[in-house]
Amino acid sequence: MKPSTAGWLFAAPALTVISLFFGLPVIAALALSLTDFDIYALADLGNLRFVGLYNYIGLLQNPLFWKSLGNTLYFVIVGVPLSVAMSLGAALLLHSRLGKLKPFFRTAYFAPVVTTVVAVAVIWRYLFHTKYGLVNWLLSFVGIDAIDWLGDPTWAMPTIILFAVWKNFGYNMIIFLAGLQSIPEDLYEAARIDGAGTWKQFRHITLPMLGPVLLLVGILTMAGYFQLFAEPYVMTQGGPLESTKSVLYLMYEEGFKWWNLGNASAVAFLLFILMVATTSGLLWFARRKGIE
Amino acid sequence: MMRRSDFLFVVMLCITLLSTVSCTRKQDNREVVKFWAMGYEGEVVAQLLPEFERQNPGIKVELQQLPWLSAHEKLLTAFAGDSLPDVSPIGNTWIPEFIALGAIEPLDEEIAASQGFDVADFFPGVWDSGVVEGRAYAVPWYVETRLPFYRTDILRESGIAATPKSWDEWRTAMAAIKQHVGPERYAILLPLNEFEPLLSLAIQQPEPLLRDGGRYGNFRSAGFKQSLGFYKEMFEKKWAPVVTNNQISNVWDEFGKGFFSFYISGPWNIAKFKERLPPEQQDDWMTMPLPGPEGPGASLANGTSFVVFRNSPRKVAAWKLIEYLSTPETQAKFHALTGDLPPRRSPWRTPALANDAHAKAFGEQLERAVPTPKVPEWERIATEMRLIGEEVANGRMDVDEAATELDRRTDKILEKRRWMLDEAERTAAAS
Repeated sequence: MKPSTAGWLFAAPALTVISLFFGLPVIAALALSLTDFDIYALADLGNLRFVGLYNYIGLLQNPLFWKSLGNTLYFVIVGVPLSVAMSLGAALLLHSRLGKLKPFFRTAYFAPVVTTVVAVAVIWRYLFHTKYGLVNWLLSFVGIDAIDWLGDPTWAMPTIILFAVWKNFGYNMIIFLAGLQSIPEDLYEAARIDGAGTWKQFRHITLPMLGPVLLLVGILTMAGYFQLFAEPYVMTQGGPLESTKSVLYLMYEEGFKWWNLGNASAVAFLLFILMVATTSGLLWFARRKGIE
Repeated sequence: MMRRSDFLFVVMLCITLLSTVSCTRKQDNREVVKFWAMGYEGEVVAQLLPEFERQNPGIKVELQQLPWLSAHEKLLTAFAGDSLPDVSPIGNTWIPEFIALGAIEPLDEEIAASQGFDVADFFPGVWDSGVVEGRAYAVPWYVETRLPFYRTDILRESGIAATPKSWDEWRTAMAAIKQHVGPERYAILLPLNEFEPLLSLAIQQPEPLLRDGGRYGNFRSAGFKQSLGFYKEMFEKKWAPVVTNNQISNVWDEFGKGFFSFYISGPWNIAKFKERLPPEQQDDWMTMPLPGPEGPGASLANGTSFVVFRNSPRKVAAWKLIEYLSTPETQAKFHALTGDLPPRRSPWRTPALANDAHAKAFGEQLERAVPTPKVPEWERIATEMRLIGEEVANGRMDVDEAATELDRRTDKILEKRRWMLDEAERTAAAS
């Protein structure tokens, strides 16, 4: 037996599972996105029409799609850097030798990750309540008027971003911590002997050494943030004035609320294309910078 | 050790065998009717089933409770997987959808064959929501219509002697209340995350909401524009706050504090206000029929209705269950347990309902109830109506723009339906 055949044999079970439970559904969804599958088609397949790219064209002409795409991009562009910066900051604090009560803070920062979104979102809704919320109460001491956090279209998305960042930064923090711990101590020692200060050490040792970890965290976070759904679903139901409706939320409504599975599949594929494009873009950027 | 485990094994085996035997012995020959029911009513209805099983010794009811949020999804999935129950109360607005699916069958024969099943006793508009093309597909179980709950004391303090009947009287009342309560509080709450307040105003107009047999939207009609204009006016004049229910967080509490004096809501809130408001405030609130353009007009008839699914092999037994749950006695009992409003008139004459001052307005309004357009796409159209209503309330669209946009969206949603209808006509013409 050739080694390559043996390799394929070993990989066969995994490949079968992947093609059966991932490949096949994806192809089926692609086929579905070219039809107008809805409840009429569910009743009788004779009512199914092949519509070609009509679903895609219809979506590209639908202002609601562009609005939800804009909301999703807003969430990703503001949320991802903020989330990564928060994670890195927290990891640096926990890694610092000056830090005290490290196990406590490590647990405290990680705790939001393991809590359920729904339960936490309910509490956040109270924290950000216009009249009785803790946040507005604290702001009132600084002389800031009450802000309608979840009810004002300009504030709803920032509140959701804040919530998502707080909820997720702990996970990346753990990855960064592992990355920081693997940087050899002698590099810092050599830098100190050469007279480098804290900032220079961070800039020229920590950041480059963390390059691959940063790339990994960036890609993971971005992929996750593109799939924004649970937070607006629980906190705002996509409102006010659809300012927190994400692409995935639109897909959910099209597919499972209105049963327009053809249209919903088209939304899913557009999101997929967008995510592949941005991830490849990030990888290309990283490769050019020589990280990987 | 070996012996003990052997002994244990034998004992376990005996227990298993015995229980199988006793199970088979206990297993009866009764026909099992699968019954899915949603929400709180689904829990409470269990208390009414033993009496049904006593009256019908040959039938056993297997009750499955579903949460409302996922009920629609579960029913559709069950339809796709051919695992629907025999009978279920479904939302009135879902009936056209399940007819389009071919999942439910007309009940006319059963109704005609049942002695003492008095169709005329049902509120006509409520009964009509289950009738499509002259055939009855559903039997109403409980109903709801939306009307204003109001603060009697604040109205009195604002100098409003009689409850408003027409929109003009209502305008005067709201202006007076706003004057009285000041800028921090409001006259009315119209939650922006619900389509019912706007729909309740719109359905009072003589023009239908859809035209040409449900082929196109009819929102550019003078009637709808008038309703939308009144809706807009309430926000513009600051009679209503621009908020959703999510931002209120506790409507009962806020109603008690007088944050708003009118609140358009459904019958479940009678029990809620009785429970949530302190005893000293219990005399300060009442319900009233929804004022109409020229006096009380047509009103919404929502709620749930029983249907029998087409593939059920136990239609006779399923119908018996519907018949039992629809008797005036059972409905009166059900009202006592849940506070839900019965869809037929005779239970309304029982002391519990006849003496309930808060329920009176609902009974009155149900006489004028009319069903919403019977097209499967209606819920989606109503949702678009809510979204457009929100734009209007925020001052981002004027009435004409909103009506045009709503018609445009509705026509797009109904595209498939038009194709279906045309297709059916073509096949009919060809044959």
